[in-house]
Amino acid sequence: MTVKQISVFIENKPGRLAEFADIFSCNNIDMRAMNIAETPDFGILRIIVEDPYNAAQVMKEAGYISSVTDVLAVAVPDKPGSLLNILTMLGENGINLEYTYAFPTRQKDTAYMIMRVVDNEKAAQVLLKNGIKLVAQDELGKLY
Amino acid sequence: MEHYYQPEIECASREQIRAWQDERLVKQVKHVYDNVPYYRKKMEEKGVTPEDIKSVDDLHKLPFLTKDDLRDAYPYGLVAVPLKDCVRIQSTSGTTGRRVVAFYTQHDLDLWEECCARAITAAGGTKEDVVHVSYGYGLFTGGPGLNGGSHKVGSLTLPMSSGNTDRQIQFMVDLESTILCCTPSYAAFLGESINERGLKDSIKLKAGIFGAEAWTEEMRRDIEKSLGIKAYDIYGLTEISGPGVSFECSAQTGMHINEDHFIAEIIDPNTGEVLPEGSKGELVFTSITKEAFPLLRYRTRDICVLTREKCSCGRTHVKMSKPMGRSDDMLIVKGVNVFPSQIETVLLNKGYAANYQIIVDRVNNSDQIEVQVEMTPEMFSDSVTEITVKEKELVNALKAMLGIYAKVKLVAPKSIARSEGKAVRIIDNRKLY
Repeated sequence: MTVKQISVFIENKPGRLAEFADIFSCNNIDMRAMNIAETPDFGILRIIVEDPYNAAQVMKEAGYISSVTDVLAVAVPDKPGSLLNILTMLGENGINLEYTYAFPTRQKDTAYMIMRVVDNEKAAQVLLKNGIKLVAQDELGKLY
Repeated sequence: MEHYYQPEIECASREQIRAWQDERLVKQVKHVYDNVPYYRKKMEEKGVTPEDIKSVDDLHKLPFLTKDDLRDAYPYGLVAVPLKDCVRIQSTSGTTGRRVVAFYTQHDLDLWEECCARAITAAGGTKEDVVHVSYGYGLFTGGPGLNGGSHKVGSLTLPMSSGNTDRQIQFMVDLESTILCCTPSYAAFLGESINERGLKDSIKLKAGIFGAEAWTEEMRRDIEKSLGIKAYDIYGLTEISGPGVSFECSAQTGMHINEDHFIAEIIDPNTGEVLPEGSKGELVFTSITKEAFPLLRYRTRDICVLTREKCSCGRTHVKMSKPMGRSDDMLIVKGVNVFPSQIETVLLNKGYAANYQIIVDRVNNSDQIEVQVEMTPEMFSDSVTEITVKEKELVNALKAMLGIYAKVKLVAPKSIARSEGKAVRIIDNRKLY
């Protein structure tokens, strides 16, 4: 019950992100979600796409260093308090959230978030047991 | 008025200096040939015997020694007296890959300290002075050399060693230090700190003796202004003894080499051929009075020019320019010798590509070194924390190897230019030469 996230190493310099976007554009790759973690020297660009293997191959051919990581795509009910509810579940079960970011869909009443934890299996169990829905890689297309 | 520590030597006639050199060289070559099998073998390979060396004119016949020889002969291979006659060891700082360990008899220490005493006296030092030594003490020759020299002059010696700037300044004010000995970058830093604290009028410094790293005339003016002193350069290397191999006089136009102890030559670094006076080339020293560690024709890798033009200070010993560069790839950062090969070793050990670039800069008169390393798939992660941990490991490994902090900057793969043949590994933005 996970999705594949591609992480890409990008130098923290003017124009670097544009170069990257150009490659995706030329290869007709549509990003579903995107997030950047930045340091003074470099950034880690994290993206979700429908076909991660194709995207990873394109990145490799373009000379980028990238990695593929399994992350959780969590369906969060679009109302106040529901994120708190999920975070509390994780916290109470000793699951540390490494990072998280939201991604836009065309779904009404549900927000979707990517969550990166060390133990995906344990986190998935906790969430499913508490009635939280997770999205699998092959379901991503249905959200649009 | 110019002061001399040993006027009869420092102002001796050129003929007298030459006579000392001829006599001492002949004796020294025999001493080395008889007691250092490593060098005797080199002489035999070149077909030279001690009898071939009758005066300084024959010096060029002798084989060279390099840092590689010091490494091959480590630790005792170049020692020319029984260890029971040695009383001291000094070593170069932070160069694990190419450590230099030098040995001294009491006689050797005395002559080294006399050389430093000449430097202190040339900077105006007398028995009335308080000599504040902020060079590191220990294996590094800076502290022990100037400390010994100050004793010989009879000055009140303050063995501060390096670091703890607050205490340095407090003692400087309270104990009325008059002569400061340290690296030029530390002198600049002390100057800034003293001015920030508004203590410039409370210090009694009149002169400074600064060495162990390259510095510019501009930096000299900055230091002289911020500390209200006259700043003198001093040169030396552990292999030959330590600081005081040469020193600046009031003329501030080059450093007088103590020619009664060391014969200087300038060679073409590519061919080894001796170049005429006034040519720019690699400085080579032959130590003619040392007992324990007498190096003959040691290649310093420092590029400079020698001049025997008459000096206004009255000294007759040859003057060398400030080093204008290196004939190898060694960098001196914060007074520490850094070889790119050491950085390469660490990178390879830690699983990085050996494609890297070293950027050296001087910010606020302090050296900074940055190592740019290309990111590898093995090191990359989706987590900033994980990358930071690996980066920190690399910084620590570099520190253990070099002895100084080097910033690590991770850059994109293939972003460091690969060139045909010799890669451009070093970008030195300090413009010291």
